[in-house]
Amino acid sequence: MFVLITYDVNTQDAAGKTRLRKVAKQCVNYGQRVQNSVFECVIDPAKMKALQYKLESIIDPEKDSLRFYYLGKNYKEKIEHVGAKPSYDVEGVLML
Amino acid sequence: MKKLLNTLYITTLDAYLSLDGETVMVQKEGETIGRVPLHNLENIVTFGYTGASPALMGACADRNIGLCFMTRHGRFLARVVGMSKGNVVLRKMQYAISEEEKACFTIARNCIFGKIYNSKWILERAARDYPMRLDVDKLKGASEQLSRYLNIIRGKEEAIPCEDLEQLRGFEGKSATVYFSVVDDLILQQKDAFFFKDRNKRPPLDNVNALLSFFYTLLSHDVASALEAVGFDAYIGFLHRDRPGRVSLALDMMEELRSVLVDRFVISLINKKQVTDTDFMKKENGAILLTDEARKKALNAWQSRKQEMITHPFLSEKIPWGLVPYVQAMLLARYIRGDLEEYPPFLWK
Repeated sequence: MFVLITYDVNTQDAAGKTRLRKVAKQCVNYGQRVQNSVFECVIDPAKMKALQYKLESIIDPEKDSLRFYYLGKNYKEKIEHVGAKPSYDVEGVLML
Repeated sequence: MKKLLNTLYITTLDAYLSLDGETVMVQKEGETIGRVPLHNLENIVTFGYTGASPALMGACADRNIGLCFMTRHGRFLARVVGMSKGNVVLRKMQYAISEEEKACFTIARNCIFGKIYNSKWILERAARDYPMRLDVDKLKGASEQLSRYLNIIRGKEEAIPCEDLEQLRGFEGKSATVYFSVVDDLILQQKDAFFFKDRNKRPPLDNVNALLSFFYTLLSHDVASALEAVGFDAYIGFLHRDRPGRVSLALDMMEELRSVLVDRFVISLINKKQVTDTDFMKKENGAILLTDEARKKALNAWQSRKQEMITHPFLSEKIPWGLVPYVQAMLLARYIRGDLEEYPPFLWK
């Protein structure tokens, strides 16, 4: 399934910056960065739960927020991209 | 059912692969050109010469992701295999069977049966689809010949016995000759650039053989990974004899998959004009190789073919083509464990 993860981490203090780095790092592990704090992940539900748990234990719920958008399996028609930095399709042909 | 994950092909020659967190990072001259999470991958096939980091090799072995190194021309170099996993009992049984001629024969016979059956139906299908453009009588003749070999292998013709591996190899060779003698007829387009006289390899001497060799190599890697994933030792075969560095069991299992997965695919590449004469280059020793651009095109098509869905004839379950080697490995494991009476080869019609 396809999950869009976005976050907002308050970086007013040093601890916030550390949290931001940690959250970003976890997201990179599971998906591709499409914009600064927006990640697209093609992931199975079990792994998604694990990731969600990891992210929740990093953030400070008083100051930061996470949003998960579940777009299911037939996500391809639901996404449109305009402008620079197009993403790659992780289920299509991967050739570098 | 297991989900078929993606294969990452690295065709940039000086790209270096390394592990970064849970992702494979592809770098070129110090710059990151790509990054893919490992949990989306089934296989990594790299044609580069700068290689991969040990950390990545370890991570791949650990997660059952096949990592395979090829020369830039697509010749197989090495495959990364980690600690042996899976069921020790299964492997022991595999070794025991490999020592016993009779038991080997039972499995090998089914593989070869699958091979001849699939070749036969490729001819039958071609005769049905293009009755006006093909020499139908010739194809039907070859197909009948193959049917005869099928009967002999199953022991239905008592006058001609097929009871040991040596005889089986004989009939395999004969049926391959019959089948390959008509493969050239199946090529309908670009006849002057693509022709098939006989199978030659190391090195392939014409365009068709170059394509066949390239995709057989890729398929053998897929099959070997599938076997290892189920818990087999891919190096101990039943029909193919043991030889250092040869994935004999993978070669056994490939017999039934060669024609349906590779031959058919290569013929359609040619007939759909997805490859042309300019996609090949000739070396001094007569060897024909795919150009870098052509390899990319061909891999693209191969990857989309692997994602096409079929109904598996034995399981009656919808799976992508790319999962067929895995399913066959699973069925072989079930047979060896005693859950199935016979190993059911992949019979495609």
